[in-house]
Amino acid sequence: MTAFIIRRLIGFAVTLFLAAAAIFAVLNVLPGDPAQFTLGLNASPRAVEQLRAQMGLDRPALERFFEWVFGMLHGDFGQSYTQRAPVAKLIWERVGVTIPLALMAMVISAAVGLPLGILAARRRGKPLDTMLMVLAQTGIAIPNFWFGMMLTLVFAVGLRWLPPGGFTPWQENPGLAFRSLILPSLALALPQASILARVMRTALVDVTGQDFIRTARAKGLTLGEAVWRHGVRNALLPVLTIMGLQFAFLIAGTIIVENVFYLPGLGRLIYTAVSERDLVLVQGATIILVLAVTATMLVTDLAYALVDPRLRERVAP
Amino acid sequence: MRRLLQHPSLAFGLGATLLFVIAGLASLVWTPYPIEQINVARRFLGPSPEHWLGTDNLGRDMLALVMSGTFTSFRIAALSVLIGAGIGVPLGLAAAVWGGAVEWVVLRLTDFMFAFPAVIVAILIATLLGPGDANAVIAIGIFNIPVFARVARGGAMSINTLDFVAAARLAGLGNAAIALRHLLPNITSLIIVQGTIQLSLGILAEAGLSYIGLGTQPPATSLGLMLRDAQGMFLVHPWLTIVPGLAIVFIVIALNLAGDGLRDALDPRLRQGTNDVLA
Repeated sequence: MTAFIIRRLIGFAVTLFLAAAAIFAVLNVLPGDPAQFTLGLNASPRAVEQLRAQMGLDRPALERFFEWVFGMLHGDFGQSYTQRAPVAKLIWERVGVTIPLALMAMVISAAVGLPLGILAARRRGKPLDTMLMVLAQTGIAIPNFWFGMMLTLVFAVGLRWLPPGGFTPWQENPGLAFRSLILPSLALALPQASILARVMRTALVDVTGQDFIRTARAKGLTLGEAVWRHGVRNALLPVLTIMGLQFAFLIAGTIIVENVFYLPGLGRLIYTAVSERDLVLVQGATIILVLAVTATMLVTDLAYALVDPRLRERVAP
Repeated sequence: MRRLLQHPSLAFGLGATLLFVIAGLASLVWTPYPIEQINVARRFLGPSPEHWLGTDNLGRDMLALVMSGTFTSFRIAALSVLIGAGIGVPLGLAAAVWGGAVEWVVLRLTDFMFAFPAVIVAILIATLLGPGDANAVIAIGIFNIPVFARVARGGAMSINTLDFVAAARLAGLGNAAIALRHLLPNITSLIIVQGTIQLSLGILAEAGLSYIGLGTQPPATSLGLMLRDAQGMFLVHPWLTIVPGLAIVFIVIALNLAGDGLRDALDPRLRQGTNDVLA
């Protein structure tokens, strides 16, 4: 088990390092000159040269790369030259929107998707199953950000239950902050809940046909009890993997959904960074996103090994 | 044809997909009104005999925009499926036939690529080249590569152990020849099914990327870009978002039904649905 954890941790670190290298390489083959871009076309060559030196762009790329990586290990993501603030601080301010949003969406998705999946599996082939799967099929096809727009129309404009957009910082008014994340998280959760329902149903249907369910039935449990006590727990394994992947994609998905609700999350920050060609900020924000995705996958793998002892024995050498 | 009719969802899905493709292709030669035709006097009209889907904030015909946007969305999704399959399938086949170090490298590479959701790739490319539909094609294409590599490897591995492959090996065929002549033809149906799924995911992803301004740019139009244009006024004029949004939903449902149907029709053993959606 320890060997497995160590191997996964090394893999995690290597992935992050390679990702940093890939991001840095892509951004540094950039044709334009950020210093020139910041100062505008009429800037004197001397001023541009000075700014280049100030930004550290006159030094070799490899040196800058390692400086960036070592800086990040100490929590220093560099200095944004358009916002004139540390990148780490800028990102930290935005994470307070993005992470709670992704978490809320995940909770909603699991709370809706899993029970419906179990219900569909228990009523396999019945009208209820068909109806639920048609719903899931539709849910998967709906773009989350468009669903967000429709939710706004109904619940913010029509019924006036919730704010149509904007965000009050948590420290000012936690209740209002929470309320402004409800519609966005519902929008993000719909396709994920649909996928979860389908995966849960398939996994449970597969498990129900297996011998240990028959054994449980033979020792006197009703089918419902057998499925609940033995089936669901076993069926949760594949579901867990999907949920890990989903959380990673939810974090990326917030970037798009934020736009609908005018939320000041990572997406808005990245978007201004891209349009102003703030390389240091884009670098920092993308590596944070990759970190979130890889960390989620790591946690999923470890959780999987914890739940399923067969797996860690097979993977450990 | 008979097999097609045995699967109503396949017939329906393919039929509906075909309708959208035809509407999109038709927009190349004919739209009810020219797409660029701005007529401010006739803006924000509801559906009427002259404008079946109404007009937008510039008085442009919505049906014309949807037709043209459908074509763009399909084109981008299809190109990114080609990129994904074109690079991913050879990688997956190589991993299956050579095994060992090749397989290890391919698997680590696909793991690595999974760490980059399409949005992140799109952000990086947009910083590099500026936003545009090439950006969306590359970003979604890169996302597709590991998916196809995994599917191709999985399918090829199950066939690699069969007797006729062993016979071919005894007959002196090299790994590349076996992959090309024996494995590839046998996993075509898998690839087609996955291609349909990735096509529908690509349509969704294109919509998302264009919506945040990283994909298709004006004067071209796509379903995602229509939603972006409507964003500022959707509270007052919801119709402008409802039309392109529903178009996306219908296209994706049609493609998914076609994909599920193809899976059942081509290979009943594959009945199972666990496609992930990219954000």
